[in-house]
Amino acid sequence: MAKTRVIEIDPLTRVEGHGKVTIHLDDHNNVDEARLHIVEFRGFERFILGRLYWEVPVIVQRLCGICPVSHHLAASKAMDSIVGVDRLTPTAEKLRRLMHYGQILQSNVLHFFHLSSPDLLFGFESDVAKRNIFGVIEAHPELAVKGIKLRKFGQEVIKLTAGKKIHGTSAVPGGVNKNLSTAERDYLLQDIAQMRGWAQEAVDIARGYTLEHMETVRGFAAFNSSHMSLVREDGAMDLYHGVLRAIDASGNVIFDQVDYREFNDYLMEEVRSWSYMKFPFIKRRGNLDGWYRVGPLSRMNTAGFIDTPLADEAHVEFRASTNNQPNHMSLAYHWARMIEVLHCVEKIDELLNDPDLQGDELLLKGERREEGIGVIEAPRGTLFHHYRVDENDQVSFCNLIVSTTNNNEAMNRAVTQVAKAHLSNRKSITEGMLNQVEVAVRAYDPCLSCATHALGQMPLDVELYDAQGELLERKLRS
Amino acid sequence: MSKEFTFEIDGRLVKAVQGDTIMQAADAAGVYIPRLCDTEGLEPQGSCRVCVVKQNGRSVSACTQPAIADSKVENETEEIQGYRRNLVRMLYHEGNHLCPICEASGRCELQAMGYRLGITQATKYPYLQPVRPVDASHPDIVLDTNRCIFCGRCIRASRDIDGKHVFEYVGRGIHKRVGVNGDRLAQTNVELTDRAIDLATCPVGCIIQKGKGFFAPIGQRQFDHKPISLGVAAVDPEEAE
Repeated sequence: MAKTRVIEIDPLTRVEGHGKVTIHLDDHNNVDEARLHIVEFRGFERFILGRLYWEVPVIVQRLCGICPVSHHLAASKAMDSIVGVDRLTPTAEKLRRLMHYGQILQSNVLHFFHLSSPDLLFGFESDVAKRNIFGVIEAHPELAVKGIKLRKFGQEVIKLTAGKKIHGTSAVPGGVNKNLSTAERDYLLQDIAQMRGWAQEAVDIARGYTLEHMETVRGFAAFNSSHMSLVREDGAMDLYHGVLRAIDASGNVIFDQVDYREFNDYLMEEVRSWSYMKFPFIKRRGNLDGWYRVGPLSRMNTAGFIDTPLADEAHVEFRASTNNQPNHMSLAYHWARMIEVLHCVEKIDELLNDPDLQGDELLLKGERREEGIGVIEAPRGTLFHHYRVDENDQVSFCNLIVSTTNNNEAMNRAVTQVAKAHLSNRKSITEGMLNQVEVAVRAYDPCLSCATHALGQMPLDVELYDAQGELLERKLRS
Repeated sequence: MSKEFTFEIDGRLVKAVQGDTIMQAADAAGVYIPRLCDTEGLEPQGSCRVCVVKQNGRSVSACTQPAIADSKVENETEEIQGYRRNLVRMLYHEGNHLCPICEASGRCELQAMGYRLGITQATKYPYLQPVRPVDASHPDIVLDTNRCIFCGRCIRASRDIDGKHVFEYVGRGIHKRVGVNGDRLAQTNVELTDRAIDLATCPVGCIIQKGKGFFAPIGQRQFDHKPISLGVAAVDPEEAE
């Protein structure tokens, strides 16, 4: 009987959450299949049942310590529906938007500077001892400081809008519980010009890397796929609210102008036995062909334009790099991510100069409903929160489709493609080769804790199995 | 005419009138004795034991024990604070107190007492994780006994002030919990205006008013900047505004 070997990368590093990769090799040491396994389980969808609806935005944000604001706001949007509010007061919506832009800014910066920049600056197979944030601080101290301070600015925005940098409570069903004082506004405004400059530099670094390494980028985890995101009704990129748009690999519209409250008519989730993370797909295309990508790359592909000037300019250049056709290169996520950082800084600037943020009309109430759906563009992509609430105000149903979950199939394909390219026909497997696989996963900035609604730990795990499924080699890192 | 006298609390001379409890005299003198089951307007019952002090070397609950002329009372000594710390820790372990997701966080007397006593981390005691029902049947009020600390404030307020007897203890020993006078809260005559439902009556998040959760922003909650002490107790967030 033919023998295969299995390599196990366990744990995956520089990602959020706990995951592992298994790579199956055949008799000739060719990669047969590679899988990204998410091995945590927490069950938020279950234990939220019976809780009171106004507690939900505070409870579910505990899914994550990196992007709690996204869960806080998606749940709040769903609960707005529950209390019968379809449109918030200007002060409430703008405060939530400000919080959200702070969130995307800090999360995207965290990923680029703290987690991914070591790969891009030193090389995928460079010395592992230096291929980390401390190596970056040593070799590029100025850049590291800018990254840290950019993230800090985003966190300050969150603190002043949500009450805390992590796990705030300001979004409540129907609005918010605070506005932004003039003192808070002025505190943030004093750094905005500096942040804009650094965000532009970050775009330059990411664009420069992509264009200078185009040959690598084109050949590394690049594959055709559909893309989906929220967009504003006029087609502009909108990270907080909008309609659903999906395009195919050629850029043709699959659906557009879809009210996100009807997402169940368009999307389904498939369960596979080897992962706690489900596999969503576009219903009409079926589970084999209906998979899609979300996140910064997809948002660049689906949006017609960006409504802030500097980010729009960067978006035009991004689109031009693939002749205005959809960009399918996983490593281009980094460039897209930095364009979003610039957009967020511009939006924060715009909002800080808007007197509505000092308004006193914070809350609205309407006719109570039984069902609420909230969708938002989280740092890693489209995030769906769906709840039903009974007549006693207790949650009776909850389904979450988390951003990273939407990218499940894409990450598995990325892992397979990179493993085939870098691990086939090798007599021995080095740490650097395995890092190539991690770089592919890392491009998606997966939050594995969110994806399984699971407890956050950071490690990643790669396993190598033989044809009989026997574990041959395992690399574990934490 | 009531007889006046003095006694000492932690070395400080305090005046009292015949019949005063130690706590009444201490409050009048501006000396804080930690407490959970006692609150203004309710008959003291001495059940939480957090207010236990030593009166001439004997442990007594300050809310029920009369002050004695020329006595020496030990209040915030290391020994007594240690007892209080253990009592409060056991309350945390006995119920399901998930401060990060509780709407009473920031105005909760149990949480504030934990901070005052320096309880900042989990302890050696096992978490009992009881399974207790949430009664959300009433249109305005929720009873979540997972957070109950058996202070009896709601029971006394309903009985002695509201004259309704809506709440009472049911069960015995470890199965004891606060029950209502009916199958569910919706079947009782409880109303939002009852003293038992006032957010200042329940020291934790056991009795909550629907639709008011998280209305007070972080930074503006009762104990965000001031520790629990005399005159700084839980109040309705709307009244605080």
